[in-house]
This record gives sequence, structure tokens and C-alpha cells, in this order.
Amino acid sequence: MAKELWEGNAAIAEAAIRAGLEAFFGYPITPQTEVLEHFSKRLPELGRVFLQAESEVASINMVYGAACAGARVMTSSSSPGVSLMQEGFSYIACSEVPAVVTNIMRGGPGLGNVQPAQGDYFQAVKSAGHGDFHMIVLAPSNVQEAIDLMVLAFDLAEKYRTIVMFVADGSIGQMMEPAEMPPMRPVRPPEERAEWALTGAQGRKPNIITSLYLGAENMERVNIRLQAKLREIEKNEVRWKEYSTEDADLLLVAFGTVGRVCQTVVREAREQGLKVGLLRPITLWPFPGQRIAALAEQVKGILTVEMNAGQMVEDVRLAVEGRCPVRFYGRMGGPIPLPDEILPELEKLNAEVGGEEE
Amino acid sequence: MAVEIPEDMELVYSYPESLTKVRTHYCPGCTHGVVHRLIAEVLDELGVRERTIGIAPVGCSVLAYYYFNMDFAEAAHGRAPAMATGIKRVSPDKVVFTYQGDGDLAAIGTAEIIHAANRGELFTTIFVNNAIYGMTGGQMAPTTLPGQVTTSSPTGRNVQTAGWPIRMAELLAELPGVAYVTRQSVLDVPAIRKAKKAIKLAFQTQLAGLGFSMVEILSTCNTNWHMTPVEALEWAKEHMVDYFPLGDTKMTDAVRALKEGK
Repeated sequence: MAKELWEGNAAIAEAAIRAGLEAFFGYPITPQTEVLEHFSKRLPELGRVFLQAESEVASINMVYGAACAGARVMTSSSSPGVSLMQEGFSYIACSEVPAVVTNIMRGGPGLGNVQPAQGDYFQAVKSAGHGDFHMIVLAPSNVQEAIDLMVLAFDLAEKYRTIVMFVADGSIGQMMEPAEMPPMRPVRPPEERAEWALTGAQGRKPNIITSLYLGAENMERVNIRLQAKLREIEKNEVRWKEYSTEDADLLLVAFGTVGRVCQTVVREAREQGLKVGLLRPITLWPFPGQRIAALAEQVKGILTVEMNAGQMVEDVRLAVEGRCPVRFYGRMGGPIPLPDEILPELEKLNAEVGGEEE
Repeated sequence: MAVEIPEDMELVYSYPESLTKVRTHYCPGCTHGVVHRLIAEVLDELGVRERTIGIAPVGCSVLAYYYFNMDFAEAAHGRAPAMATGIKRVSPDKVVFTYQGDGDLAAIGTAEIIHAANRGELFTTIFVNNAIYGMTGGQMAPTTLPGQVTTSSPTGRNVQTAGWPIRMAELLAELPGVAYVTRQSVLDVPAIRKAKKAIKLAFQTQLAGLGFSMVEILSTCNTNWHMTPVEALEWAKEHMVDYFPLGDTKMTDAVRALKEGK
């Protein structure tokens, strides 16, 4: 298919439709409302389910229900709405049903604003809800990657019967870029739903989907199974991209929109004679910590750049384990760090680690 | 359950296929078992067990999925109507019902039940109202009567500070999406027979696609009311029925026609 001009939010919705989405349940919130609006038009005309719920709490529980019934389903929201959904994330993770959630992140905390931000990294990666679990977290840095990752999100959710979160900030959601849509996959017919799904116990034993396990040993057994699955995901699904790391003395680590800005920083820094490379995590969980640790053996210092007060940098430091200095630069509540702010930080780091400009 | 019936005999009792043959965890004297049985008999009579999906609540009936012999999901507290909405929308040919208590439906899940009812979702809710939080040990519920003593209203419910008991059957009756809402009880045998008829009509309303249906059932909690089972039944008849009058609060013409077999 040829490239067309797509707005990020509409592209996310259309990509989900192409991936065989059967139902969407959601609630309006800026800056993701265009996702919901795109679905409200497209899903009914395709004979699929669109429902505007009374709240994000209801949306995620509708998703939970439809996922239990074996349908390919998703919801979408932005930071404050995602906080309301966290109860549901935990139930979905424990019940092991597949579901996809997008968070088009905005400035916080609180009601915050509707500017692009990455303040929900901790929430997505480390504290998605009560109890021990992780979501798979995918972070695109442009519209084409958003499309590709939406399709991947459903495949991963069903492969591991787990919850997949797709995080982008408002700038990716609302920018327009040329991008190519995948072909339309057929929707799975109801009679082909998974054998564990709630489809009516016709000629078989009843299926029960629950997250209640009374008794300490019972609950521990479930936790051990869930953790084993998470280790499997860590083994198979770590994704990242590298730019000019082969000969790098300094490494930038950044995701999403800033990951894209940092590609420019790499180019400009190299024009100045600084040998800078970039690692851009695509899966925030599982985190590409092993690769960062390997690069920490090669480079003299690492600068992590984020649109928050320093969240992913904690995971970078955990991976690096003191092999080299790890510094941080970030903006909070809406401003996007630009190359002319990031370059001086790189120069500072270069001086700190005793590097010279060629 | 094929049983050979001799020609000169008539089958007058059998165990519903829609129930599993296990011992429940309910307290002696609890009326949940009666309500379970009524639902199971109705689903058997309608011949829909193999295409029914139930949603259990958080509360004493949290383990209902062990007692019903059909596909079941366990919802978060109060969210059963949202889950039921999700299930029914992607499985419109299934029979879907939620089984909820008063804390679940009338406190933490108020938004979910009102909006599901208002959308006219094609599922059925069985709402068991016993005026108390049973599983957590007898705290004040949204339906606890004025003056009723609970562990969180130790001097009796003070309506000045705790508000009034909510009449859900009346509240939902106002919504255009609702086809059938009734309040019944399981406090004596005639009431149990009437409650079964109401449950059947509610599921028939769903099967006919007429709109949302709910049966509220006045029930007892002798354990947390600190009474014998018989005293609890008498107390409920004396006090609950006054505040929560029995009968239909909403029946559309289409449901009435269905009831009258037209």
C-alpha cells in the first residue's frame, strides 16, 4: 500500500482496525480523543462494536469482559484516564486475558495539561496496578512506528494472554506524517475464539475466568506462573533501535518523541566532533537493559533524555551498574527537549568523562 | 441427567443441570442458595444453560461461579455490569447475567449499573439486597435501613450523616432503556414462587431483545444481623418490605405482552 498522510491518533485507530479489532470501548480525553472519534465512525460501518462508556473505569471493565469472551478488543485514553483504569489492568493481568490499551500521555500530575509528556513511564513500566505484574509496554517515536506497533500489540497480547500498553505522547498522537497502513486482516469469526474463552459451555466443561485465589499457596502458584510468563517475555520480546553506536564514546538513551529528537542530536554532535550514539528503547518493558549494559562497557558516559523528571534513567542506571557515569536531562509538563538544550548537556558529560572533541 | 421414569410415576424433583453438585460456602440460613436455585431452574426451563455466561460480583457470592454449571467471569467490585456489557456486545447470541449484592450494585458500582440500564443493555441483573455488607463482616450498606445497627453504624444508621437507603428498583425504572424491573423477595414460599416467575420473565425479556432487565430480591443475612435464620426472615418481612415495597417498578408494554403470552 502507498504512503498516505495520517494523523497519529487516527493512524493508531485505523491500524488496530486493520489488525482485526472487534470492539472498542472508550471515553473522550485530550489528547487522544481522535482515536475514539475515528473508531466511532469506522467500527459501526464495518459492523464491529464501538461504545462510548460512562467512564474509564467502565471502559476497561468492558474491555475485560469482551476479552474474557475471546474478542480482539482495546481501549484508549490519556494519563488521568489511564490512572482510573489501573484496577482493571491488574484484574486483566491476573486473569490472563489479552487486551490492548493506548496511553497518549499528557502533562501531569493531577489534571495537568494536554501537552505532550512522558511522566507516566513509572506507571506504565513499574506500577500498572496492585499486585505483582508487568504490562508489555510499546513506545513508538513516529506515526509509521505507531502503526506497526499497534499491529504487534495485538499479536503479543494474544500470544502471551496478557495486557499490552502502547504509550505515545500527545505530539505523536496529533502530528501528521506520511505513513503506510497494513492490509486489512479479516476479523476472527466468533466460532474460532480461543478454547479458554467464555463462549457458553456447549458440550464442554464450564470455563471460569477469575482473579480470585483464596489460600496463600494457591495465590503463590498463580504468581509463580505469571512470573514465569514475564521471564519468557523478557527473553523474547525486548526491542530497541540503535543509531551510530558502533564507534560511540557517548551514548544517548531516549524513547518516543525525545528518542526522535535525539537522532538529530547525534547528527549535530558528530558534526561538532563528538562521537555520540543513540539507543532508543521500543519496548519500555521488557527494557533493553542487557544491551545498554553491553554498550556501557564501550562508551565513557551515558545521557538519558526524557520528558519527565527522570524515570527511565533509573532503569538505565540499574542496567549500567556503575560501569560508566549516567546523567539525565529532562523537561516536564509539556516542553519537548530540543537539540540545542541537549547538546550542551552532552558537552558537559564529555568534559566530565575527560573526552576531547575531535 | 437421564432418569428412567416408570409409566405409573411422575418426576416431581430433580437437581437443576445449571447448578454444580458441590457444597456452598454460604452460612446456614443464608438465602443466596435459594436465589441460585431459582436462577438455575429458570435457565434449565429456558434451555439456555449452554449459551449462558454469568458474572459474579465481589461480596458473599464472589464464588458463585463454582455453584453455577456454566461459563462464568469474576468481576471487580461493582463492575459486573460493565463486564456484562463487554461480553454481550461481542457475543450477542449468548444469554448474559450479573449476580450482584447491594454494596456491589448500589454503592461502588452505581455508575456502571445505571449506565448499563440506561443503554438498554441486553443482559439480566439479579440484585440480592440484604441491607448489609456480608463478606466484610456486617458493615453499613447503601440499603441499610435508617436506625439499623451495623459494625460501621454502631449506634444505628443516622440518615443525617449517612444518607438514606437507596431504592434501586425505583431509580432504574426511570430510565428509558429499562424494559423490566421488579422487586421480589425470598422470605417465604409464596414469595419464592413469585420471585422465580419474575426471574424467568427477566431472562425472557433478554431473549426477546426488549431491553435491560433486573430482579431485585430482598434477602437476609442472619449471621451479620445476629439473628436465627427464622428471626431474620421475620425481621426482613417486618422492616425491609416497608421501605422496599415488593412489585414491578417498570414493565414495558412489550414485556407485558410477553408475560401474557401474546
